[in-house]
Amino acid sequence: MKPLLKNADKNLLYPLLALSAILLFNLFFTDGFFSIQIKNGHLFGSLIDILNRGAPVMLITIGMTLVYATGGVDLSVGAIMAISGALSAQLIRPDYIKGIIEYGNTTSLFIVLSIPLLISIILGLWNGFLVAFIGVQPIIATLILMTAGRGIAQLITHGLIIVFEHESFQFIGSGFLFGIPFPIILVILLTFITWLLTRKTSIGLFIEAIGANPLASHYMGIKVKMMKTLTYGFSGFCAGLAGIIVCSDIQAADANNAGLFLELDAIASVIIGGTINGGRFSLAGSIIGALIIQALSTTIITRGIPPQVVLVFKAFIIIIVALIQSEKLRAQLKDLLKRGRK
Amino acid sequence: MPDLKADSSQLVEIRGLSKSFPGVKALDSVNFTLRRGEIHALMGENGAGKSTLIKVLTGLHKKDKGSIKVDGLDFESSSPMDASSKGISTVYQEINLVPNLSVAENIFIGRQPMKFGMVDWKLMNQKAKEALKKLDIDIDVTIQLSQYSIAIQQMIAIARSLDIKAKILILDEPTSSLDLAECEQLFSIMNKLKEEGMGIIFITHFLDQVYQNSDYITVLRNGSFVGEYPIKELPKLKLISKMLGKEITDINELNNKIHRDYYHNDKKMFVKMEGIERKGVLSRFDMDIREGEVLGLVGLLGSGRTEMAKILFGIDKHTSGYININGNLVNIKSPRDAISHSLAFCPEDRKTEGIIPDLTVRENIVLALQAKNGILHGLKRKEQEDITSKFIKLLQIKVSGLEQMAGTLSGGNQQKLILARWLAMNPKLLILDEPTRGIDIGAKSEIEKLINKMSEDNMSVLFISSELDEVIRCCSRAAILKDRKKIGELYGEKLTENTIMNYIAKDGYEL
Ligand SMILES: Nc1ncnc2c1ncn2[C@@H]1O[C@H](COP(=O)(O)OP(=O)(O)OP(=O)(O)O)[C@@H](O)[C@H]1O
Ligand SMILES: [Mg+2]
Repeated sequence: MKPLLKNADKNLLYPLLALSAILLFNLFFTDGFFSIQIKNGHLFGSLIDILNRGAPVMLITIGMTLVYATGGVDLSVGAIMAISGALSAQLIRPDYIKGIIEYGNTTSLFIVLSIPLLISIILGLWNGFLVAFIGVQPIIATLILMTAGRGIAQLITHGLIIVFEHESFQFIGSGFLFGIPFPIILVILLTFITWLLTRKTSIGLFIEAIGANPLASHYMGIKVKMMKTLTYGFSGFCAGLAGIIVCSDIQAADANNAGLFLELDAIASVIIGGTINGGRFSLAGSIIGALIIQALSTTIITRGIPPQVVLVFKAFIIIIVALIQSEKLRAQLKDLLKRGRK
Repeated sequence: MPDLKADSSQLVEIRGLSKSFPGVKALDSVNFTLRRGEIHALMGENGAGKSTLIKVLTGLHKKDKGSIKVDGLDFESSSPMDASSKGISTVYQEINLVPNLSVAENIFIGRQPMKFGMVDWKLMNQKAKEALKKLDIDIDVTIQLSQYSIAIQQMIAIARSLDIKAKILILDEPTSSLDLAECEQLFSIMNKLKEEGMGIIFITHFLDQVYQNSDYITVLRNGSFVGEYPIKELPKLKLISKMLGKEITDINELNNKIHRDYYHNDKKMFVKMEGIERKGVLSRFDMDIREGEVLGLVGLLGSGRTEMAKILFGIDKHTSGYININGNLVNIKSPRDAISHSLAFCPEDRKTEGIIPDLTVRENIVLALQAKNGILHGLKRKEQEDITSKFIKLLQIKVSGLEQMAGTLSGGNQQKLILARWLAMNPKLLILDEPTRGIDIGAKSEIEKLINKMSEDNMSVLFISSELDEVIRCCSRAAILKDRKKIGELYGEKLTENTIMNYIAKDGYEL
C-alpha cells in the first residue's frame, strides 16, 4: 500500500504547489481573500466563490478524466451542457418559444432534471459508440457533437434565451445546503461516488488498462468497447449535470454561451492533474486542476484585469504546470542545475 | 592471446560503470571493452543488466558512476539520436519503431532524404527497398509497419540500424523472433561488417548463435561484471556456470528429459476442433487436445501457428467448422468467451499484446483474473499481493517490488510476467505462443519443468515454439503446419528434430 500512496502524493505535489502559489499571491495582494462570512447561515467569500463558480468545470472534469484515461477526449461537453440547460428551461416554460408568457402547469422537478440528464447520457453514449464500435478518432467523433450540439440547443430554444422561475429547480444552482452552496455539494458527491465506483471496484483499473494497452486488455477478457462507450456516457452525464447547474443558477438557457469553451478548461484541468492520455488517472488531481483554473480566473478578475487577459494567463499556467509534470523535463532541469553548480 | 589493455583499436571502453534504479542496482561497477572488427557477445541471465548497459551507452539512461570512452575520448550521449549521429547504431530489445508510419518512414525516420527542402518520397522508398534487399526481404515499403509480423518488424529495425553509417553496431536480442534463414542472413552481414572494421555488440540467449559468431564474451551477473573472455577460452558449460553463478557439469542438468514417449489416448478429450477454416488465412483442419496433454504446434514463421491459436481463443473468427469443449459445441466469439471456458492465451508479442507497461507488476498479474471475476467481485488487496508474490516466486521473476512498473522489468522478466498472469487464471488449457522468447537458459528449463508439472496436474497445453528441441522436450505430440495448412501430426518416437524438418520439407510425405 505504501509505495502507491507515495506515488500518488508525488503526482499531486506539483498541482498542489501551483494552487498554493495562486492562493499565496492572493493572501498578500488581495484584501479579504481568505475571509469567509456567514450571512443568514450561508457561507460567503472569495474561496467559496471559487468553489461555487468552478463547480460546472469540476463536474465535467470528472467525466473528462475517465475518458482521457481510456486514451480519448470529449470535446462535446460544452455543447451537451447547452443542450441540457436548454431542455430544462424548455420543460419549465414549454410555450415561451411560441411567445406565450404564461408558464402553464408547473413542471415537476423530476421531469426537469431527468429528461435533460437522460438525453445527455444518450448523447455521451453516442460519442462512445462512434469511438469504440465504429472506430472514429475521439477528437473527430466528439467534434461532431461539439459543433452540431449548439445547433441542437438552438433548435430547442428556437434561438431565444429562455428565462424562467422555478423555485425547486433554482435550488440546484443557487441553493444552500448546510450553509454550503448546493453546486459544491454536488461536486463533492459526484467525486466521491466516482471514486467509489472506480477505485473500490475494478472499473478504474480496467479503464487504465484499456487506455494503456487496448489489445492486451481485450485478450484478457476486458470488455474494451463497452467500457469505453460507458465512460463517454458518464462524461455526457457529468456535462448534463453541469449544464443544469449553470442554467438553474442564471435562471435562463442561453444556447449560444452556456458551457462555451468549458471543454478546454476541463481538458486543461485533467492534464494539470496528471492524468495520462491512455493510462493512469487521478480524480483528485483533476479536481485540483479545475480549482487552479478557477482560482486563476477569479484572481485575475478581482484584480481588475480585463477578462480577455484571463485566457492568456490560463494558457501560461497550463503550459507551466504541464511542463513541470513532465518527468523528462524535470530530469533535464535537475541535470542543468547540477552542471551549473559544477 | 589478445591484449586486453588499452590500445588504439578500442572503440568502446567502459570502466566501473554503475547505474541504480529505485530498489535495484542494475549495474554495479561494470567493465566492457569493444574493439574494432570484433563481435562481442554480452551475456547474462534475465535482469542481469545487459539492456541497461546498452541504454546507458546510447544515452537512454544517465549513468551514476564510471567512465565511458568511445574512440579513446570521454563520451556521454544525451539521447539515442545523439549516439546514432556519433556512429553508434542500435537495435533495442523492445523494438522502437512507429507502428503507424510506413516501413520506409521507419527506416529513415529523422534522416529522410530531402529534395528542394521537402522529403523525397520516391528516393526514400527506393532506398528503403534497397536496405531491406540486403537482408533478403522484399516487401512493400509504403505500407504501415503494423501490417507486418514481428519477425518482419525486427528485420526492419535491423535494416534501419545497418543503413546508418556507423562504426559501432549494437544488437539487443535481434534474433528472438527470426527464423533460421533470417538469422543466417543477419549473421553473414554481421560478419561482413566486422571484416570492414565495425565493432558489434551482440546480445542473445541463444548460445549456439554466440559460439557461431562471436570473438569475445563479456558476462554479467546480477548487475556485476563477471569477466571478459575470448570465445575459445569459455566453452559452453563454463559460460553457463558463469552466467548462473553455479557450477554446471552436465548440460543435461538443464535439458531435463521430459519427453513422454507415448501419446495418452486414454485421457479424456478436452478440445476438439473440426473442419476449422479461416478463409484466406488458414486452410481447413481438425485438431484435438486431451486433458493433461502438451500438444506442440510447429512450422516455420508464418505457417499459421499463431493464427490457429487466435481462432481457438476467439481473437479471430473462423469461417467454417466447429469447436467442442468437453464434448459440448461451443461458440467462442471473443477472448472473454474463451476465458469463460477456462482457456488462456499467452501471446507472442509481449509489447503490443501482453504487457501493460504503465501498470504495476501486481496489476499486470491480477488483471485477467479481475476481468474474469467481474467488476463487483474484485480481489482484495491482500489476495492480489499473495497471488503476485506466489507467481513471482514460482517463476523467479526479478522485481524490485510488487509495485514496480511492469514496463521497467527486463525483457525476459516481462515475458515471465505474462506467463504468470495466465497461470494465475488456473486454466484448463493454456495456449503458449513462443513463451520462452527472450528467456535465459536457466529460466527456460525451469519453465519447461513447470509446464510438465502442470500437465501432470491435468492442465492441457498448446505449445507454439520455433525451437524444435524445446517442442521435443515438452510435447507428447505435435501438429505440423506449412503454408497456413496443417500437414500432419507426429508423436512418439517419430517426434524428433530430424523427422519434423523432413516432414516439413517433404510436405508431410511419409518418411
Ligand atoms: N527504468 C527502470 N526502472 C526501474 N528498474 C529498471 C529499469 N530498467 C531496468 N530496471 C531493472 O534493472 C535490472 C536490469 O534490467 P535489464 O533490462 O538491463 O536486464 P537484461 O540483462 O537486459 O535482461 P533480459 O535478458 O531479460 O533482457 C532489472 O532488474 C530491471 O528490473
Ligand atoms: Mg534486456
